Amino acid sequence: MYDMKALYEAQSVEDAIRLRVEHPEAQIIAGGSDVLVQMREGRRAGKELISIYMIDALRGVTMDAEENLRIGSLTSFSHITRDPLIQKYCNVLGEAVDQVGSPQIRNIGTIGGNTCNGVTSADSASTLHAWEAIVELTGKDGVRRVPIKDFYIKAGQVDIKPDEIQTAILIPKASYENTFGHYIKYGLRNAMEIATLGCSVNVRLSADKKTIERCRIAYGVAGPVPMRCPSAEAVANGAQPSKELSEKFARAVIDDINPRDSWRASKAFRQHIAVEMAKRALTRAVELAGGEMA
Amino acid sequence: MSKVGKSEVRVDGFDKASGRTKYYEDRMPAGALYVRIKHADIAHGMVKSVDTSAAEAIDGVVKVLTCFDVPDIPFPTAGHPWSMDPGHQDVADRHLLNRHVRYWGDDVAVVIAENDVAANQGVRALKVEYEELPFVLDVQKAMEDGAPQLHERFPNNILKHTDMRKGDYQKAIEEPGLIKVEGWYDTPTVQHCHIENHGCYAYEENGRIVVVTSTQIPHIIRRAVGQALGRPWADIEIIKPYIGGGFGNKQDVLYEPLCAWCSTQVGGRCVRIDCSREETFVSNRVRHAIRFHIVTWLKKDGTIQARKVECFSNQGAYASHGHSIVAKAMGSFPQHYPCENMECDAWTVFTNRPAAGAMRGYGMPQASFADECNIEDCAKALGMESYEFRKKNIMPQGFHDAFSGNTNYYDTYRECMAKGAEYIDYARKKKEYANDTGDIRRGIGMATFWYNTAVYPISLETSSNRMLLNLDGTVTFQCGETEIGQGADTAYAQMVAEALGLASYRDVRVKSCQDTDITPTGLGAYASRQTYVAGFSIRQTADLLKEKILKYANELTRQSVACMDIVDGNIVRKEDGVVLMSLSELAMTAQYNPVHSEHITAESTYTIRNNAYSFGCTFAEVEVDIPMCKVTLKNIVNVHDCGKLINPALAAAQVHGGMSMAIGFGLSEQLIFDEKTGKPLNGNLLDYKLSTFMDHPHLEAEFIENAEPTSPFGTKALGEPPACSGAPAIRNAILDATGVAIDHNPINPHVLFAEFSKAGLIHDDWREEEK
Repeated sequence: MYDMKALYEAQSVEDAIRLRVEHPEAQIIAGGSDVLVQMREGRRAGKELISIYMIDALRGVTMDAEENLRIGSLTSFSHITRDPLIQKYCNVLGEAVDQVGSPQIRNIGTIGGNTCNGVTSADSASTLHAWEAIVELTGKDGVRRVPIKDFYIKAGQVDIKPDEIQTAILIPKASYENTFGHYIKYGLRNAMEIATLGCSVNVRLSADKKTIERCRIAYGVAGPVPMRCPSAEAVANGAQPSKELSEKFARAVIDDINPRDSWRASKAFRQHIAVEMAKRALTRAVELAGGEMA
Repeated sequence: MSKVGKSEVRVDGFDKASGRTKYYEDRMPAGALYVRIKHADIAHGMVKSVDTSAAEAIDGVVKVLTCFDVPDIPFPTAGHPWSMDPGHQDVADRHLLNRHVRYWGDDVAVVIAENDVAANQGVRALKVEYEELPFVLDVQKAMEDGAPQLHERFPNNILKHTDMRKGDYQKAIEEPGLIKVEGWYDTPTVQHCHIENHGCYAYEENGRIVVVTSTQIPHIIRRAVGQALGRPWADIEIIKPYIGGGFGNKQDVLYEPLCAWCSTQVGGRCVRIDCSREETFVSNRVRHAIRFHIVTWLKKDGTIQARKVECFSNQGAYASHGHSIVAKAMGSFPQHYPCENMECDAWTVFTNRPAAGAMRGYGMPQASFADECNIEDCAKALGMESYEFRKKNIMPQGFHDAFSGNTNYYDTYRECMAKGAEYIDYARKKKEYANDTGDIRRGIGMATFWYNTAVYPISLETSSNRMLLNLDGTVTFQCGETEIGQGADTAYAQMVAEALGLASYRDVRVKSCQDTDITPTGLGAYASRQTYVAGFSIRQTADLLKEKILKYANELTRQSVACMDIVDGNIVRKEDGVVLMSLSELAMTAQYNPVHSEHITAESTYTIRNNAYSFGCTFAEVEVDIPMCKVTLKNIVNVHDCGKLINPALAAAQVHGGMSMAIGFGLSEQLIFDEKTGKPLNGNLLDYKLSTFMDHPHLEAEFIENAEPTSPFGTKALGEPPACSGAPAIRNAILDATGVAIDHNPINPHVLFAEFSKAGLIHDDWREEEK
């Protein structure tokens, strides 16, 4: 039995916003794969909950008028993995969220919950950062769009106002067009796992596949929030793909990341695998884009 | 047609697969009160006071009881048979709730409430004041003078020390030209992770206490509950329904005494204790972390001249199974690789960790890890192929152990090794993989073990059962050796059908649920003993029942008993095979005969005074990604000689499960503790890396079926053996792949990072720059 004070079920986005205003102390719950676990642990015991899980309008992946990829916040991980638009334009996101927990969790867990949780280890987070996703929030006064890097404020805290709920995540056309990426999750086992480190790299190659026009890399668990690596990206942007480049690129992430020592993994270990993962993810991304590491 | 040796479908298979099987929670009486336990959040200290006022004010809370309320009766918890000799009785060092907190997670108080939420709120509202004491987690630090003391009666925290001497070690090592191979080997604290957490409920009935519990050992629990509550044992009735696994954790007295006592404190109402997974990790039992120091002296020809083995077993906070585990581990060495000169010592030492008890393998996974690491290193030091080194030195055919009376009747070890090597293509791959030099390297390794069947002569070995002829010619069977998921009931059904001459194992109705008021007394499921020990009493009781059946048949058929037999459920005349009548006809006639009515039943007890060696080995093949510090297990095979198989499919399933546990033990599982506070850090299924089937390759189980001469069914241990040799085989495969010998498990990426850095296989230049 869960120790909850009350459960309010929102029937629409407007309804959810009204409930948010009426019950400022309440916690939003979507799939519940994080919130209910925390409640069971006693961390959120006795809280009021606002469930948005019934709002079907927030489910599904579409292409909006500006050809942005629009992922409704309640879209489950397994849905994203199997969605044809995701598979065509941002396959790496589907692959990344397919590494969350177990099949049961992937059926219930949502991308909105994954991001609103504000944790650095979320499997979607590094890829959404590397693809410069835009977070759509809907509140009393309308819709607000926030770049994902600004959405994450600090560990466990994201930019949602008291009258808002997250309604979608957008991948802009400029971000996904002609772009190919790869995600590597480092875990201590192959399922039911939280990332020790997550690394997502994507590239856009020139028409002749000889030059990396744009390279983006982001990590989860390399710092308190997911992060991009500007030094490493600067090394790769405009360069020719090669083994030597991948080594230089990977080495440069050390200047960008800031993992910590914890009982789960040492800083030295996280740094070591971060470099190796950057190298492998870049190599794979270039291959997916049709290039070759000379 | 023989009923044994066949892969029959489990007798409980349909109900388990369709979700009908009833576990303790499915039998819960309506209105049972919830008992939730307040666990200490310090590693060592004394409880000064418990403020219960806030908890008692919560709506739904019925009663709060603390360590100041419990009877001052220390009791033992090990699931061992009672010994009539006080010197051999288990250490009684527990109270129902403890004022002296000895580990983070110790039981301090309980809240009893109408519902789960109120009980949990009550526990959170308790305010416990402690006087903190220094704590110690390391087994050798705990032995030092001045270390924090856990139990007054045990100076330097040493629960027990035993030794073994053979030949003259000191003199033997003086021989010139010997090669010395020395190592320290460390094994971790791990937990059983059976799928159903332990739980139980208790109520009073007609002045007695009934406890329904998820246990492996109902008859032993009855005695312990009686002891803990200061009540005559016969006042207690224990009922054991189906359980979701135990692996030894439930071969211990867990919360049954506390639950029974709580019921007595609320007027005999039904109360329930349901352990959460987090409680199961910390406040049940764990496997002993054992540290070994081994020194082996070798002659150049590959003979083992002398060995010294020291074992330090981390008992944690309470005695539980205590020294039995490391004694068994130490005892394996002189028999595994016999040599003339040995010095062995074993210590069991209290520390402020969760109490260690029985876990699948009972000291052997630890011993096998240390022994097979050292043996592999010996072969390397000699420049000998380790397979050949083992073949030369391992227990030979005809080896006899005077203490247990065991004999190695066949050349089993070498047969198992040959079969495993053939399956995995050992020789060819070993040669091929030696050429790997890049980032990704392959390797192949092996390890062996032996295991005793049952516990004779250390403890009592007894088995009782009852057989009842039903009106339809089927037979109802009851015994005290419990079904815990391993498939014992199905094996019994096959053995009973075989021994009685029934048409099918389906004609045996095994009463799976034990009730200590009704079920013939047995010791339970542990020590890989059930099939072996039950075999003796099944054969004996079947003979008794058969005699009664044939005697009654004599009245009806006028044929002499000596001329009749039971074949496929019919009474037949032996000479010409003529069917005289069916068992059903006989049972109906006997029951409703107006002049001689009889319900035909038999029961008996067999005291087993034999034991049997069970043998086996593991071959493992790995691929090591050196820069990523990752091991992928590509291929693994276990070969076992557990005598004749009663049910080959169930035997293979047993092996698969054990291999999975060995893979986790080797590569990922470990309960870790905060050095600063003593707090367990990863007592949950996310952070404790139990291996999943995504981490396993195909698990291959193979058998050598050398009939065990002492067993009526030619069978011997298989329950625990599969968990013994996997971890060292994986360690030796990693050594083969990388040249790096890692002497502590689990060999996880953190360990590989440290070891590969030390060995110069990986090199992070920025770390030097940072310095």
